Amino acid sequence: MADQTLPISAPLPEAEAQRVPWLEWMHSWVVTVDHKKLGLLYIVYAIFFLLVAGAEAILIRIQLAWPDMHFVSPEVYDELFTMHGTTMVFLVGMPILFGFANYLVPLMIGARDMAFPRLNAFSFWLTAFGGLLLYFSIVGGFGLYGMGNAPDVGWWAYAPLTAKAFTPGHNTDYWALALIVSGFGTLGTAINIIATTFSLRCKGMTLMRMPLFVWLMLIVSVLTLVTITPLTAAQIMLLIDRYLGGHFFDAQAGGSPIVWMHFFWIFGHPEVYVLVLPAFAIANEVIPVFSRKAIFGYPAMVAASVGICFISLTVWAHHMFTVGMTSVGNTFFVLSTMMVGIPTGIKIFNWLATMWGGRIRFATPMLFCTAFVFQFLLAGLTGIMLSVAPWDWQLHNSYFVIAHFHYVLVGAIVFNIFAAIYYWYPKATGRMLSETLGKWHFWLFLIGFHITFDTMHFVGLLGMPRSIYTYEPDRGWNTLNLIISMGGFVQAIAVLLFAWNLIYSYVRGRAAGNDPWDAWTLEWSTPSPPPAYNFAIDPVVRSRRPLWDLKHPHDPDWKYER
Amino acid sequence: MSTLPLFADETWQPPSRGRVGMFSLIVGESAIFTIFVVAYIYYIGRSTYGPTPRILDIPIFNSICLFSSSFTIVMAEYAIARGLIRRFATWWGLTMLLGLEFLLGTAIEWRDLIYNRHFTIRTNLFGTTFYSLVGLHATHVVVGMIGLSLVMLFTLLGRVNQRHAERIQVFALYWHFVDAVWVVVFTVVYIVGR
Repeated sequence: MADQTLPISAPLPEAEAQRVPWLEWMHSWVVTVDHKKLGLLYIVYAIFFLLVAGAEAILIRIQLAWPDMHFVSPEVYDELFTMHGTTMVFLVGMPILFGFANYLVPLMIGARDMAFPRLNAFSFWLTAFGGLLLYFSIVGGFGLYGMGNAPDVGWWAYAPLTAKAFTPGHNTDYWALALIVSGFGTLGTAINIIATTFSLRCKGMTLMRMPLFVWLMLIVSVLTLVTITPLTAAQIMLLIDRYLGGHFFDAQAGGSPIVWMHFFWIFGHPEVYVLVLPAFAIANEVIPVFSRKAIFGYPAMVAASVGICFISLTVWAHHMFTVGMTSVGNTFFVLSTMMVGIPTGIKIFNWLATMWGGRIRFATPMLFCTAFVFQFLLAGLTGIMLSVAPWDWQLHNSYFVIAHFHYVLVGAIVFNIFAAIYYWYPKATGRMLSETLGKWHFWLFLIGFHITFDTMHFVGLLGMPRSIYTYEPDRGWNTLNLIISMGGFVQAIAVLLFAWNLIYSYVRGRAAGNDPWDAWTLEWSTPSPPPAYNFAIDPVVRSRRPLWDLKHPHDPDWKYER
Repeated sequence: MSTLPLFADETWQPPSRGRVGMFSLIVGESAIFTIFVVAYIYYIGRSTYGPTPRILDIPIFNSICLFSSSFTIVMAEYAIARGLIRRFATWWGLTMLLGLEFLLGTAIEWRDLIYNRHFTIRTNLFGTTFYSLVGLHATHVVVGMIGLSLVMLFTLLGRVNQRHAERIQVFALYWHFVDAVWVVVFTVVYIVGR
């Protein structure tokens, strides 16, 4: 029956919700192996830590708002920026993106679950345990200054500061163990996504018909396999140094702290792409649907993503221009870093071309994605500035670098995460998020973001270094820092509005129906929320936009696609 | 009805998820080993004091045993694919013996180094890199042995039959990987590094 397109199925009768005692309900979430529940667990877990790490950022900004502040002690300040960075990368960015992958990949490819459901649950709980381990250090990991110290060596944890002699106590060990544990969780999820994408696609879903979201998640997972593992290896070496008296990063015995930097950034730079590619994935779904056009240049998007995956593995030492590499080394990493601009440029033009001439609907998800395109462009431009070694020598470790990567991490990734939540929340809960609150959230967050991070570039150009506890009043940074901090508060208000919207709309939101956005991928053919089995009948697809074919039987996509 | 050859239902055969998963795991594990191997190579001859790799003896018999186990496990795979459980159990047991011999050999080597030559992981940089790289590989052999033993246990209980051929083959991929890594570790530690 090759001619049959997918049917939209009503939920089977037994799937109707019944009231269950809350203990049983909680138990069902703990023991679940359902990819949708695990996806939601990932996302809720990540949003919780987003609020925690956001609060840490606010404390940092209060400390830096005025010169010579003593809002927190220097020791606590070190812990704050270490925990802010580690939390945002490992407990917010990765879990939330893998949460989306978990929830959406099987739905988008017409599968009933992930390839290894139990591995999926195991991975989530490992990740969750890693996060708890990291935060348990606050009560359990006494450091140099008495009981109860969080890790305070920076999220990059450069040697030799991490050596036992300089960081006694256990806080660094908690940091390393937490990342090893959650790293294994991440590895498990990556394996699962790869196996799901290759082995569980529904009939007719060839690789070149997969939604770009799935493509990007596949690429991210492959990248994760070779990215997270070097970090795990480096952490094992660190623990060998700290616990077994090894000498990997001990310069006196012939070891080299620079080697730690290399290993860390071999992980650390591709990690940026592990985070940003899912953000692209979200834009690839949202922008076409709200522009009412198919994505422009599908094969080019796939090729560009694969290109980014490979190039991103060759650029790590641009974090290390100031350590004094050879001129050949510097040149190589300058050029490879600039090369990343080519595939990302292709992507930006493709998004613009998708929007060009489209009938654009500026619902909240599209607002966030539009802002993303422009902010990501700016972030990419400062990235190319920093890729020039002499420029980097001037601005390394300054707030210009901080501004650059927050432009990527917030301006691109967080914006798209918000877009994704507004876009798929109706699917997951059956209710629409409030558009009014959503628009308030968007505009406040946008304004706060630009107040903070645009200004940060200038304070960096004026020479303010990163990770400093405070500064003297005569440096000329006072007003700018105050502005940055005020922008932080605007963002915090926006995020609280968003959190309120999540709760409020869950109870009071408008019913969403199966397909509130008139979208084209398979997840919108299921009821909202989808039943445990996803599809009552296995779907069969014939083009990249199966729901378009279904809605427009006289003008289906498969007539035009190759 | 359609003129385009969109797909043929009969030929829609996605790859086995077990194989895809195991290959992914192997890619990830390779990255871990790469980091340790790179560290080992970079640190060759950089110890500022203490013993050098000249104190190592080349574990030839050990290596032959481990490499042979790749052959015996292939024979076991063939046997299970044809449903010959007895033959499968024999080859599988042989694989276990060879793996066990390898671990035993490593244990003897380490015992000699530690007790007779007082060379430990904290002695110098060479000790750190040597024990961690060889130890990382040995850890993988131990994990493999646990897997082999579990399959053996179920075989002896009579629970393994032809239907499990694919799972056995997927597990065997891991064992082959552990063997292949030993080629690299052996070359780097005992030939290049020595």
